[in-house]
Amino acid sequence: MKPFQYLRPKTVSEAVSMALDNPEAQYIAGGTNLIDLMKRGIASPPKLIDINHLPLKKIEHRYDRIRIGALALNSDVAQHKLVKTRQPLLAEALLAGASGQIRNMATVGGNLLQRTRCSYFYDVALPCNKRKPGSGCGAEGGINRTHAIFFNGSEVPSCIAVHPSDMCVALAALDTSVVVAGPAGERRILFKDLHRLSTKEPEMDTTLNPGELITSIEVLDNAFTGHSHYLKVRDRASYAFALVSVAAALQMDGGKIWDARLALGGVAHKPWRYWAIELMLRGQPPSEKLFREVAEHELQSARAGEHNAYKIKLTANAMIAALKIAAGIS
Amino acid sequence: MKRQFADNELDTSLSRVDGNEKVSGAATYSAEYAVPGLVHAVLVTSNIAKGSITAIESREAETAPGVLAVISHLNAPAVPGWPALKQPAERAPVGTAFRVFYDAFIYFDGQPVAMVVADTQERAIHAAALVRVTYQQETHQTHFERNVKSAGIPQNVQRSKNSPFQDYGRGDADAIAEAEVRIEAEYTIPTQHHQPLEPHAIIAVWEANDKLTVYDKNQGVKSAQGQLAQAFKLPRDNVQVVSKYIGGAFGSGIRVWPHTIAAVMAAKQVKRPVKLVLGRDQMFTSVGYRPYTAQKLRIGASKDGRLHAMVHEGTGQTSMYEEHLERTVLATRAMYTCPNVSTRYRLLPLDVNTPTWMRGPGDATGMFALESAMDELAFALKMDPLEFRLKNYAETDPERNLPWSAKSLRECYKLGAEKFGWENRQIEPASIRRKGMLVGYGMASSLYGFHRHPSKARAVMRADGSVTVQSATMDIGPGTGTAMTRIAAKVLGLNAKKVKFELGHSNLPDAPGQNGSATIPSVGSAVHVACEALKSKLIALAVKMSEAGKSGGQVVVTDGQGVRNGRVFGSGADDEGVSFADILKYHKLNELEATEESKPGPERDQYSMFSFGCHFVEVHVNPLTGEVRVVRVVTCADVGAIINYKTARSQSIGGVVGGIGMALMEHSEMDHRFGRYVTTDFASYHIPVHADIPPIEVYYVDKPDVHVNPMGSKGLGEIAIVGVAGAVANAVFNATGKRIRTLPITPDKLI
Repeated sequence: MKPFQYLRPKTVSEAVSMALDNPEAQYIAGGTNLIDLMKRGIASPPKLIDINHLPLKKIEHRYDRIRIGALALNSDVAQHKLVKTRQPLLAEALLAGASGQIRNMATVGGNLLQRTRCSYFYDVALPCNKRKPGSGCGAEGGINRTHAIFFNGSEVPSCIAVHPSDMCVALAALDTSVVVAGPAGERRILFKDLHRLSTKEPEMDTTLNPGELITSIEVLDNAFTGHSHYLKVRDRASYAFALVSVAAALQMDGGKIWDARLALGGVAHKPWRYWAIELMLRGQPPSEKLFREVAEHELQSARAGEHNAYKIKLTANAMIAALKIAAGIS
Repeated sequence: MKRQFADNELDTSLSRVDGNEKVSGAATYSAEYAVPGLVHAVLVTSNIAKGSITAIESREAETAPGVLAVISHLNAPAVPGWPALKQPAERAPVGTAFRVFYDAFIYFDGQPVAMVVADTQERAIHAAALVRVTYQQETHQTHFERNVKSAGIPQNVQRSKNSPFQDYGRGDADAIAEAEVRIEAEYTIPTQHHQPLEPHAIIAVWEANDKLTVYDKNQGVKSAQGQLAQAFKLPRDNVQVVSKYIGGAFGSGIRVWPHTIAAVMAAKQVKRPVKLVLGRDQMFTSVGYRPYTAQKLRIGASKDGRLHAMVHEGTGQTSMYEEHLERTVLATRAMYTCPNVSTRYRLLPLDVNTPTWMRGPGDATGMFALESAMDELAFALKMDPLEFRLKNYAETDPERNLPWSAKSLRECYKLGAEKFGWENRQIEPASIRRKGMLVGYGMASSLYGFHRHPSKARAVMRADGSVTVQSATMDIGPGTGTAMTRIAAKVLGLNAKKVKFELGHSNLPDAPGQNGSATIPSVGSAVHVACEALKSKLIALAVKMSEAGKSGGQVVVTDGQGVRNGRVFGSGADDEGVSFADILKYHKLNELEATEESKPGPERDQYSMFSFGCHFVEVHVNPLTGEVRVVRVVTCADVGAIINYKTARSQSIGGVVGGIGMALMEHSEMDHRFGRYVTTDFASYHIPVHADIPPIEVYYVDKPDVHVNPMGSKGLGEIAIVGVAGAVANAVFNATGKRIRTLPITPDKLI
C-alpha cells in the first residue's frame, strides 16, 4: 500500500472543497471496498478524505419518500422500520449482500460507488481497461463465467465486467434519486443516470463530477408492498456476488398487473432496468406462462462469451422465479 | 451404546484442552511471537509462467523508507545444502524441490523472484510493489486438457518395480467387455487449494551463526527441523522449530516450502529476526494444492448386481521439476469384491508449482469417481445403490488377499441408512419435490489406509501427582492435545485436569508430522506405552512402600493391581490404595519419568488395515436457478475405538464441510493465456460459509481394532472427507437426473 495523507473535514462543503483542491484524493466512508483496492494496488490515492464524521446518517420519511443519509450503514438501513414497511425490496436486497460484518461497516453512499469484482480488475498483473485504460479487457478472451450479457446496443464494450451491488439492483427497480453535493450546491441524479455503460470510458463507473459527494438517496413511496421480491442466484448460500439477481416489484389489482418493475444484477456494467418487460407485463393477469414468454423473448438481445452462456437461460429462469414469488403464484 | 474408550456411561468427552486459549486470543500462532528486533519480509512473485529473469530493478525499493534489503538470486546468501550453480545454468532436473532465489529460471507463475525486508510490514509491502522484474518469456503449458496426451508413467514409477503406482491388474484385463451391464464415464476434479484461514507464516531467528530457531506454521516440527538442518548444513539440534498452534492446514504444511527458506535467508542477510506472512493470493502458488485430475472409469456387473470388472485410469498434474503422485486409482483395488480389476496412473508435468497432499489425498479424488460410477451402475441395474454396495462387500482385502484387521463397514452402512432414513429414497430421479425444490438422496462409501509410524512420548509425574506428557506431534485442528490427554488420563487412572500435554516443539520426543490420519495410531500409542511404563514404575514403588509397611500404617498394596483416581490399588476388596503424591513423597522423588517408543510390528504383513466409513446426503436443487443446497448429512465411521467423542465429532463435521466445498464450490481457475490463477482471494475462491452447512449427524461403530495398536484406534482425519463429494454428486443426480462428472457442481452446470 502506498503511503497516503488522511484528511477529516467537518462539514459537507469542507469535504467538497478538499476534494476539489486535491483532484487525486478519494472520499472514504466504510472502506469495505476502497481499502481492498488500496491493498491490491488498484487504487492509490495520495490523500483520503474521511467523511465518516459528517452528519449524513439519518433515515427519515418526508412527504412521499424515504430519505436515507449516505453514511447510513447497510445493516441499519436493512433493519429500519421505515425501510422494512415501505421499501421491503430494498431491505431484502441489502440483506442479500456481503456478510453481516461487512454490512455493519458499509454505507449506502459507498455501496452505490463500489467497483466491479472482476478478477482482471483486481490483479494488477493482468490487462484491464477499467483499471488501466487501453491495456485491453482480460475477461473478454479469458475466464468470463461471471461477466456481462447485456451491453449498450450493438457497440463493442471495452469492459465486460458487471456491477456487484445488490442494493443498487433494488434501487434501480424503484423510483430512486441520488442527492449529491458539489461545487455548485446540491443536485439530484435519477438512479438510472448514476452508473454508466462501458462503451468508451470503462474507468468511469458513474456520472458524478469531480468533487461531488453523495449525501443521500431518496426512494419514492409505491404500491408494491406485498408484491416484491429480490432473488439472488449465487455459487454459495451467502457471502458471494450474484451470478444473476432480480429485483421484481408488481402493483396488483383485481387479478391483474397494473405496474411492474424489473431490474437485474450480475448481467451488465450497471444495474439493468428492464423497461421493455415491465411494459409487456402491464395489464396482464400473472402466470408462469406469461413470465416465461416475456423473459425468453427479451433475452434474445443478450450476448454471451465463452463461459457465461448459461447466464442467458439463468437470467430468464431467475426472472420467472422472482416474478412468480412477487405475484404470489407457486 | 457403550463407548469403548470410556470407563462408564457417565464418562463423557473432554472439551478441547486449549479451547479457552484459542477463543480468548491467548494462543500464540506462528506470526504472533513477540521477538525483539523483528523485521518483515514480503515476497515479490513472477507474473509469467515460464522463462527467465533478465533484470531486477530494485533501486527504488532499496531507497524506500524503512527498507533493509532487497534479496533475489542476484545477491541471496548461499544455502549451503544446495549444490553450486552450474555454468551454463540449466533448468532443474525432475525431482528437485524448488530452490528459492537460486537462479534466473521461472518455473511457474507466482514464483518468488525477489524479497523485500523492511522495518514494518506496510513498508515492506509498499517497497515490494516498487521492484521491477523483467523477463525473457517462453511459451508455457498450463492447460491440462490440451496437454493430456503428454502424460506418462512417472519416472519414479519407472525406477521402482514395487511402486504402488505401477499399472495393476488382477483377473482378465478384457473382462469389462463381457459384463452384462456396464458404464463408462470420465470424471474431472479441478485444482483445489487448502486455503486454511491462517495463512502460512514464519518468524526466523538466528540465535548465533550456527543456531537457528523458527516459529513456523507447518505440520511436522521434526521433519521441518531435519529439512532446515540439511538446507543450512547445521547440526540437527542447532535448529529448533516451534509450531504450537495452527489455524488449519489440511496438508498445506507437510513440506517445508520456499517461503520458509526465504525467511531464514533474509534473517541471515539482515542479521535480524525476520517475519514472513504469505498474502492470500500467494497462498495459491506457495504451498501446493490438490492437483487437477482426470479419471476414466469402466465398470460392469452381472444383471443381478455382482461386479464383474473395473478399469480405472487416472491422470494427475504435477510441476516440471517434481513428481507428485497420489493414490487416485488405488482405492478401486481394495474397496469392493471384483474378480477383474485393472488400474493405471499417469502424470502430466505442466508449468505450474508442485501440488501436494490435501485432506484425503488421492482417495478423495479417486473415490469421487469410483463412488459416482458405482451410483451410475446401480442406476443402470435399477438397483438401490446401498444394496449394490452390500452385494459387493469385500469380506477380505481383494488386492492383498489378506484378512482385514477389522472392518465394520456393514454396521456403518446399516447405522447410517437407519439414521438417515435411506428407505425413503426413490430410485427414479427428480421424483420428490418439496416447496418447489427438487429433493435428492445420495450416498457413498469411504476408506483410507491405516498408517502408524514410530513415535516417542515422555510422561513425567510431579510431586503433586500431576503429569506432563510430551511428544513433538502437532495439532492442525483435530484436538491432538485433548485426545492425548484422554489417553494418558485413562492409562494412569488420573483426572484429565491433572494431565498436561505438550506438542509442537522440535525439542520434544520424536514424533511424525500430522498427516495421513496417523497421529492417534502413532503418537497415541507412544503416549499409551509411556504412561503404561510410568504406571508400572508407580506400582513397583507402591509395592516397595507397602512392603516396608510405611503406607499410612497398614499394608495396602501387596500386588499393585491397578491405578484409579490418582491412587495405586491392590486386589483387596476394601483396599484404600495409596496416592501417587504419597508414593513420590515417600521415595523422596521430585518427579518420576518414563520415555517410551512405540512402533508397528509384523501385524502389518498379517492383516490389511483400513479405516472405513460412509456418508448419506440430502440435497435440494432449485429447478429454475440450479442452486444446490445440502440440507442434511449423516456420516458414519468405522475407525476402531473412539478416543474422545467430542473432538472426533468435530473432525468428522470438518471433513464433511470440506467435502461439500469440494463438491459444490472449490475451483482454482487459471487463465491459461497467462498461466495465472484468477481466483486468488476468498471472494472468488469459494469455500463453504455457515449458511452452506446443514445439520451434520455423526455416528461411530466404536469397536476396537485389536490388531492395530494398544488403544484399538485408527485414523479419522481423511475418511471424514473421502467420498463426500461423490455422495453429494449422487444426491444431485437423484434430485435432477443430471449426472455432473466435473466438479464443482455449480448452477451453470445444472440449468
